[in-house]
Amino acid sequence: MMQALPVTELPAPLTAAEPGVSLWRDAWLRLRKNRLAVFGGATLIFITLFCLVGPWFAPYRYEQQDFAQYAKPPSAQHWFGTDKLGRDQLTRIMYGGRISLGVGICATLVSLTIGMLYGAFAGFLGGKVDVVLMRIVDILYALPFMVFVILLMTVFTRNIILLFVAIGAVEWLTMARIVRGQVQSLRKQEFIEAALSLGLSRRRIVLRHMIPNVLGPVAVYTTLTIPAVMLLEAFLSFLGLGVQPPMSSWGTMIKDGAELMEEFPWLLLIPATFFSLTLFSLNFLGDGLRDALDVRTSKD
Amino acid sequence: MANRPAYQVLKMKLLNSLLMLTVISLLAGCGQRETRVEVAAREQILLYGNKTEPQDLDPHVVEGVGEHTIIATLLEGLVAEDPKTLDPVPGLAERWEMSPDGKVYTFHIRSNAKWSNGDPVTADDFVKSYRRILTPSLGSKYSYMLYPMKNAKAFNEGKITDPAQLGIRAVDARTLELTLECPTSYLLNSMASHYTWWAVHMPTVEKYGDPYKPGNKWTRPENYVGNGPFILTEWVPNSVIRVRKNTNYWDAANVRLNGVDFLPIESVDSEERSFRAGQLHRTEELPNGKIDAYRKDNPQLLRMDDYLGNYFYRLNVTHPALKDKRVRRALNQAIDRQAIVDTVTRGGQKPAFAFTPPGTAGYTSRTQLKFDLEGAKKLLAEAGYPDGKGLPPIEIHYNTSENHRAIAETIQQMWKKNLGVDATLRNEEWKVYMDTQSSTNYVVSRAGWIGDYPDPNTFLETFLSAGGNNRTGWGSAEYDRLINQAACTNDKQQRFELLQQAEAILLDELPLLPIYYYTRVYLLSPMVKNWHPNYQDHHPFKYVYLEAPAK
Amino acid sequence: MFRFIVARLLQTIPVLFVVATLTFFMVRVMPGGPFDSERALAPEIKHELEAYYGFDKPVAQQYLIYLGRLLHGDLGPSTKFANRSVNEMIAATFPVSLQLGGMALGLALLLGITAGVIAALRPNSSLDYSASGISMMGICLPTFVLGPLLVFAFALKLRWVNASGWFDATDRILPTVTLGIAYAAYVARLTRGGMLEILSQDFIRTARAKGASEVRIISRHALRGGLLPVISYLGPAAAGILTGSFVIETIFQIPGLGRHFVTSTFNRDSSMITGIVVFYALLIVFFNLVVDILQIWFNPKLKF
Repeated sequence: MMQALPVTELPAPLTAAEPGVSLWRDAWLRLRKNRLAVFGGATLIFITLFCLVGPWFAPYRYEQQDFAQYAKPPSAQHWFGTDKLGRDQLTRIMYGGRISLGVGICATLVSLTIGMLYGAFAGFLGGKVDVVLMRIVDILYALPFMVFVILLMTVFTRNIILLFVAIGAVEWLTMARIVRGQVQSLRKQEFIEAALSLGLSRRRIVLRHMIPNVLGPVAVYTTLTIPAVMLLEAFLSFLGLGVQPPMSSWGTMIKDGAELMEEFPWLLLIPATFFSLTLFSLNFLGDGLRDALDVRTSKD
Repeated sequence: MANRPAYQVLKMKLLNSLLMLTVISLLAGCGQRETRVEVAAREQILLYGNKTEPQDLDPHVVEGVGEHTIIATLLEGLVAEDPKTLDPVPGLAERWEMSPDGKVYTFHIRSNAKWSNGDPVTADDFVKSYRRILTPSLGSKYSYMLYPMKNAKAFNEGKITDPAQLGIRAVDARTLELTLECPTSYLLNSMASHYTWWAVHMPTVEKYGDPYKPGNKWTRPENYVGNGPFILTEWVPNSVIRVRKNTNYWDAANVRLNGVDFLPIESVDSEERSFRAGQLHRTEELPNGKIDAYRKDNPQLLRMDDYLGNYFYRLNVTHPALKDKRVRRALNQAIDRQAIVDTVTRGGQKPAFAFTPPGTAGYTSRTQLKFDLEGAKKLLAEAGYPDGKGLPPIEIHYNTSENHRAIAETIQQMWKKNLGVDATLRNEEWKVYMDTQSSTNYVVSRAGWIGDYPDPNTFLETFLSAGGNNRTGWGSAEYDRLINQAACTNDKQQRFELLQQAEAILLDELPLLPIYYYTRVYLLSPMVKNWHPNYQDHHPFKYVYLEAPAK
Repeated sequence: MFRFIVARLLQTIPVLFVVATLTFFMVRVMPGGPFDSERALAPEIKHELEAYYGFDKPVAQQYLIYLGRLLHGDLGPSTKFANRSVNEMIAATFPVSLQLGGMALGLALLLGITAGVIAALRPNSSLDYSASGISMMGICLPTFVLGPLLVFAFALKLRWVNASGWFDATDRILPTVTLGIAYAAYVARLTRGGMLEILSQDFIRTARAKGASEVRIISRHALRGGLLPVISYLGPAAAGILTGSFVIETIFQIPGLGRHFVTSTFNRDSSMITGIVVFYALLIVFFNLVVDILQIWFNPKLKF
């Protein structure tokens, strides 16, 4: 199905010549043929629009309480039911989605960028630099996260940025280790040796040839980071770092709903469905993108 | 095509392991097991959800409620509690006398009162124990409970160093004389209900460490010597604490349980599930979302007992927004407490319109707050903030917990809807929250106060202007005078009258917004007998027993 | 090889030193102290307690005392649990976490690698979709949802096991499965990704062209490189999984080390925090070393 290049060819051009429009168009065409990826992309767009535009049409405010509507299952007035304070869950899902999607994607991108660059340089440069960089990672792994979070909260004034700092500070570490592992194994391969002998700058080799070739595992780990980040946000918000009540996120809604799953299942099922749907879609899209961009993969 | 075999092999392996798993599961499921509570009921072992891992089991070092429950099985006071009313009844002392001025108590210790190692319990044990808890270097967090004793405060604060000056004396081996600073009408209640007044076996304490320093190892199960109905036999941190019958206890013949297993299950949800799985006779709590279901389907398991405590908000009276008494009153009158207890807490709590819970030792505050929206709006307008306009921002501060959050969210909405006042919420981790509160670095802050002993004094003295528990920046010389005068008044009626006047000042000035009076909501198996609801949630285990359901 | 390991062990010393130092000062600047509680403590008493634990000394001196103790392997007394030392607490709880984590890790690798390899062998087939779908479900179900669900099914409805506790052999099943599934999902996804990458490389094609059997190709060639991302991920994950999980230990009431990680911070139990962190750092360094050795062994092109 796919246009596989001869395996002996270099996966990315070594010269300054850009891949050009055709490569991206090829990728786009391949992506469009992947039905799951298209489905994932469409769902994501739908959920994003739902969260961004939905609140304009919602008849309730997210913090509006109606004590007569204590934890009611879905009904005609409240399509997704109400929570324990009589608040409309549909509205809260839409607002919560803004937070969760925003945090999930932004914080993941931050940790992805840091982790990838850090890991790629450590793995590529090797030697003493690698030792120092990786020992720093070890140190950061070991430092107590809870203490760090409490310090962040007390040293700075409350701000959503802190949430990104806290999440970014932990999530990039594993990414860096994975990228480093991949780069180390790539380094000894022929095309890198060739690039080195051609006298290309190290920075250029890392950015142009190393990173594109580790994108596979990185893409997978990224799709694993997003749910972790969304749930971490729930935990941090519970501690007071992150969204302040009465605003909530999908993560906090799932967390609250999990405790009462037998009594009020819709308080868990509905946010969990949105959460899962988003993750599945991201995953399908991610896999599709990876297949579309990775010219070597074939499906024999 | 070439990869067929591998995939088939893997598939078969997978199928095989699935099959194995199913077989194992089916085998394990054969026959309905007898639940733990049933087995334990036959053996007269109470399985008790105790919520927290105790810090220690030394009555002079610890400060928590969970610790109290366990220590109460291991040690007994001179005075004990009646299982129904918690009124003082003879404990290790068979009788006592009070001098006419109410300042000297003489206790007569039973001749058959023994420690678990067989040593007799003597008056000297109490003298040494009281000296120990009041010694500053021990760092006892609850030593102030003994402050009614003559010179106890001065000694504890290091102002006098001669223990002979303390108001405690062994007249002979079995007679103990306690001299007080002031007549204290709740003394016997306090001695019966609070572990600080109980004695430890000093030779044991001296053997396993410095008796006047924290960190003594005498409380390990292999070392523990007590004088209560049970002895400590096992202590696995975060897992279980087992106590078993003490044959040396003076009233061992009347102890019906063979032992208690305390399970420190921190998560309320796990505790409730463990109860349902038949692993506990009693839980410490019940999540409020589950109350309705129990009320409807299993009311015989659900307990909601009034509890000696008040859930309230502190108001920082030095904050620009709350400096004006009228604003504090307006905020107070705009809270629909009934709606909060009906919808948010749902555990039979009663709306609090005063600070001292009604009926505390026969005292109910004459002054009562009210819910009055019109009045609230008027007060706010009079203060210069019609419809909340111009009022500096208000922030509700609370410690991380789902319940505190729900109440704060609700009050935030009430103020918004009823007064037009915008409030924001801020939650903090427990110790940061404590820090913020004691430095009065908040506008409105959640608080709770559980009485140490059944008397209004334990509530009202917290708002003394110099008290470390005030934390609102509020103070009134008249209030202080009334509380201090009441503390030294022997006549109960007179004393309560003074406290009534003090509480009236407190509720007029409103450095706090009482919200509800606590209840203890928990699950109790019907197998547990001789268990009586009471204000302090104390259930002396020597009277409790279990009745296994008929097969 | 030998030199490599010695060098890494030597590197452990500065790592531990930095971790111990940073943690010590982080804990010292955290607001709130171990003796703050709802009932205000008399200043005299507080001072006595601080003197007992040495908190009244200048911070620099406290730091030196702490380092001195650390050198002797003494992690100090717990301020919360008055009659226990931190060494004792770790000694009592770590074996529990190790047992749970070890079993869960085994389960995670077994399930995860199997599912990942199956999925990678026939990418975009229905088999791949079901294996990937199941592992995605594992990711979407956080442990605080999965744990109670399993308890509901197996402890409350079927009544096969207990809902909490760590007493009988059967008490180990649900926590192991809950923790194992969470990690299995990660392992499966990473294995699939890594395998896909490897299976498309030329040496595999060469092997195939030479007519090597698929089992041989996978076990001899593909698994080694394909598991590389899993291995990188596992280093820190193993340290985390073996030192216990706060959520799992709370849901199932397990007396493990994981809970102390979190509660010691809430209690401001400074020696407990620093003690556990140093212990954890030791494990992190150890597992990352193991991983690096494995990485080299899995990838013959790398040399020591």
